[in-house]
Amino acid sequence: MRARYFWIQSFVAVLAIGASVGVAAQSLRIGNGPEIETLDPQRARSVSAFNILRDLYEGLIRVGPDGRLIPGAASAWDVSEDGLIYRFHLRANGRWSNGDAVTADDFVAGMRRTVSPATGSNFAQMLVPIRGAAAISRGERSPETLGVQAVSPLELEIQLDVPTPQLLGVLTQAATYPVHRPSLQQYGDGFSRPGRLIGNGAYSLDAWVMQSHVSLRRNRYYWDADTVAIDTVTYYPTEDINSEYKRYRAGELDITYEVPPVQIAQIRREHSAELHLAPYLGVYYYGLNLTRAPLADNPKLRKALSMAIDRDVIVDKVLNGLGLPAYGWVPPGVSGYPAQQPAWAQLSDTQRLAEARRWYAEAGYGPQHPLELEIRFNTHESHQRVATVIAAMWKQALGVTTRLVNEEFKVFINHRKQRRVTQVFRAVWIADYNDPSSFTDILHSRHGQNDTGWNNPAYDARIEAAREQPALRTPTLQAAERLIFDDVPVIPIYFYVSKHLVRSRVIGWRDNVLDYHYTRDLRLAADIGPE
Amino acid sequence: MRSLMVRALSRLLTALPTLFVLVTLAFFMMRAAPGGPFDSERSLAPEIEAAIEAQYHLDEPLIRQYLHYLLDLSHGDLGPSFQYEGYRVTELIAAGLPVSALLGGLALCLAVVVGVSIGIVAAQRRNHLIDHVLMTLSALGICIPAFVVAPLLILAFAVALGWLPAGGWSAGQWRDVLLPVLALALPQLAYVARLTRTSMVDVLQAPYVLAARAKGLPTRQILLRHALRPALLPVLSYLGPAAAALITGSVVIEQIFSIPGLGRYFVQAALNRDYTLVLGVVLVYGALIVLFNFVVDMLYGVLDPRVRAT
Repeated sequence: MRARYFWIQSFVAVLAIGASVGVAAQSLRIGNGPEIETLDPQRARSVSAFNILRDLYEGLIRVGPDGRLIPGAASAWDVSEDGLIYRFHLRANGRWSNGDAVTADDFVAGMRRTVSPATGSNFAQMLVPIRGAAAISRGERSPETLGVQAVSPLELEIQLDVPTPQLLGVLTQAATYPVHRPSLQQYGDGFSRPGRLIGNGAYSLDAWVMQSHVSLRRNRYYWDADTVAIDTVTYYPTEDINSEYKRYRAGELDITYEVPPVQIAQIRREHSAELHLAPYLGVYYYGLNLTRAPLADNPKLRKALSMAIDRDVIVDKVLNGLGLPAYGWVPPGVSGYPAQQPAWAQLSDTQRLAEARRWYAEAGYGPQHPLELEIRFNTHESHQRVATVIAAMWKQALGVTTRLVNEEFKVFINHRKQRRVTQVFRAVWIADYNDPSSFTDILHSRHGQNDTGWNNPAYDARIEAAREQPALRTPTLQAAERLIFDDVPVIPIYFYVSKHLVRSRVIGWRDNVLDYHYTRDLRLAADIGPE
Repeated sequence: MRSLMVRALSRLLTALPTLFVLVTLAFFMMRAAPGGPFDSERSLAPEIEAAIEAQYHLDEPLIRQYLHYLLDLSHGDLGPSFQYEGYRVTELIAAGLPVSALLGGLALCLAVVVGVSIGIVAAQRRNHLIDHVLMTLSALGICIPAFVVAPLLILAFAVALGWLPAGGWSAGQWRDVLLPVLALALPQLAYVARLTRTSMVDVLQAPYVLAARAKGLPTRQILLRHALRPALLPVLSYLGPAAAALITGSVVIEQIFSIPGLGRYFVQAALNRDYTLVLGVVLVYGALIVLFNFVVDMLYGVLDPRVRAT
C-alpha cells in the first residue's frame, strides 16, 4: 500500500517538474456570443457554433487568415472542363482525433447527412447544386443517390447539376464537414456530445459546460499538429455584450465576440490598438412588402423612400461608426465582384433629396396627400434607434407619417414571412460564403428568404443565367443587382463590420470579410503570461 | 405534534393540483404565443421544417401533444429541448439547478444573518445616529435594482481593483460566487433588516419585555432569549416571498455574471420558444415556491405557540 503511494507521489512530482521546466502551455480565451445550440456540424446554425466547429473539424477547403480559400483536408483538387465534376485528393496523413484515418467516405457521410430530411439541417439548400440534392431534401430520393462519391479511400468526387464556382466556398462550411462514421453508428444523432465527439480538426473537445464554457485542446493526431501553437482554447458564452467588455477589461478574455457600440468612444480611447473593425459580408436592410398597398406596384414611391435616407448620418450618429453606408446590395469586399451603387448615391444631399421629392410626387403623393407608412422590427434598442431616425428623415424630406411597430422576435419573423400585415420590415443577411450569389440568390422570387414577395422575371432569369454561364457570371449578376436598384424591393441601409477586441499578446490575427479565425493560425506572445 | 403532521400532509396534497394547473396553463400559454422554436432570421425549406416538426411531434393536434407531455411527465421525463439539440430538459435542469440553488441559498443565508443583525442593532439604538444611518442604507438597498448594483460591483472589484473575476463559473470556486451572491442578496438583506428593526422595536415595548427588564435581566439575555423569537415571526413569513424573489432575481444576476444556472435558461428558452425547457423550469420554480411556503408554514408553527394551538 505504502509502496503504491510512493509511486503515485513520485509520478506527480515528475509531472510537476516537467510542467514547470517545459514551455508554459499556451491557452487562449475567447468570448463567443450566445450559447451554442449543438456541436453537430450538420445541425449547427449559429455563428457561435461555427466558430468552435472550425477548430474541431476541417472541411475539404478552409479559409486562410487573410480570408482566401486554401487546401484543408484535401491537399489538391481537379475540376472537369465543363465545371461539373470536382475531384478532391485527401491528405494521406489526415487523422481523426482518436487516430483513425480520415477517408473520402467520411465526407460522403457528412454531406448525405446534410441533405437528408431526417437530419433537419438548416443548410440543405446550400448543397442544392450537387446532383440529386434537391430531390433528396424533398424526400423524393434516398440520400445514397447524392452526387458525392468516394472513388478511393483518399479520392472524393462531387458531381454538380450546373457549374457552381462558389462550390469551393461552400466546402468550407460545417454542413460539408466529415462525420466519424463509427461514432455516428454507435451514438446516432448524439455523436457530437462531450466525451463522444471525434473530429478531424486541429483541436479536440475537452468539455462543454452549458452556459459556462467549451474547452478544446490540441489534437495530437491532426495532420499539421506541429504548426499548431496554442495548446488549449476556451470559448465562453457572452450573451451580454456589456458583461463581455467588462470581462475583457478585467483580463479574463483575450478576444471578444463584439464590442458595445455605446462605449465605443471609451474603447477607442483606451484600447485603440486592440480594437479590430473590418468590413464583414453582411447587410442590414429594410425589406418592402410588395404584395400589399401602398408599396406594391409603386417603384417610384419605393425609390423616393430609399433616396430620402441619409446613410452617413445613420452610420456616424446611430452606429457610432460601426458600419458602412449601404447603397448597393452586394457589399464591397466580395471576391471577384466589383461593388456597385445606384447612380443617385453620388449626388449631393440637396440634389438627392430634391430627386427623392420628385419621385415621391410622381408616385402620387405630396403635402395634400401624404403617405402613411409603418416600419416593423423586432424589439431591440438598436433597431428602435435606426427606425426612429429613418422615420424622422422620411418626415422631414417627404412629409411621410411613419408608425413604428416593435414586436418580440418570433412574432416579428412570423409576420414577416406571412406578408399579411407588414409594409416595411427590418432584415439582415449574412453571407454563408464569399460569393456575390450568397446575396443575389435571396431575392429570387422562389427563394425562401425573399420576404418581400418581389417577383421580377427578368431578375430571376439573370440569376439562373449566371448559374448556367460561368464565364459571364459577374456581369450577369451585376445586371441583376442593377434591377434591384430600379425596382427597390429592399432598401439597404448599412453593411456590417466585424468588431472585436483582440489582446496584443495574440499574434497572427488578421481581419477578413468572413470574420473566420481559426485558432490554429494564432499564437500567443510567449513572454507575457495571462494578465 | 399530530396536528402538525396532518397539516403538513394536507399542504403537500394541495401542492399537486397547484403544480398541475401551473403546467397546464404554462403549456397552453406557450403555444398561444406566435412563432415556433424553429423560426429564425434564416428561413428553412418547407420540407425540412416539416421533417423537424414531425421529429418533435409538433405536427400533431395540440391536445395530443399535451397528453403526450403529461404522460412523459408522469415518468419523470421533461422531454427533449428544442434549442439544445440532443439534450433532454431533465439533463439541463440537473446541471443548472445546483448552481442556482447554491447562489440562492447563500444569498438567502447572507440576507437573513446580516439583515437580522443589522435590524437588532438598529432597534436597540432606536433613533440614534447609527439607527438612522443603517435604515437609510437599507432603504437604498431596497430601491436600487440588482441590474444596477451588479455592474457597479464588477467595475469596482473586478475591473478597477482586480480582486475578483468579472464573471464566469469554474465549478463554484468561492471567488466566482462572492460578487453574484452579494448583488443578489442586497435588496433582500435590506428588507430583512427593516422588518427586523420594526418588529423588534414593537417587541421591546411589550409588557413581558418590560417585566424582564424590571427584574433586572441583562439586556443581552432579554434580546436573545425573550425578544428575538417573537420579533423574527414577520421575517419568517417574509422568507417565502424572499425565496421567490431570489429565484427570479437570479435570472438577471446569472446573465450579468455569466453563471450557468437555471435562471439563464428561463428567459432564453421563452424567447426561443423552447417549449419543453420553459415548462421544465416553470415546474421547478413552481415546486420550489410551494416548498418554501410549506417550510415557512411549518417553522411558523414551531416558533409561534399560538399557531400550534389552533
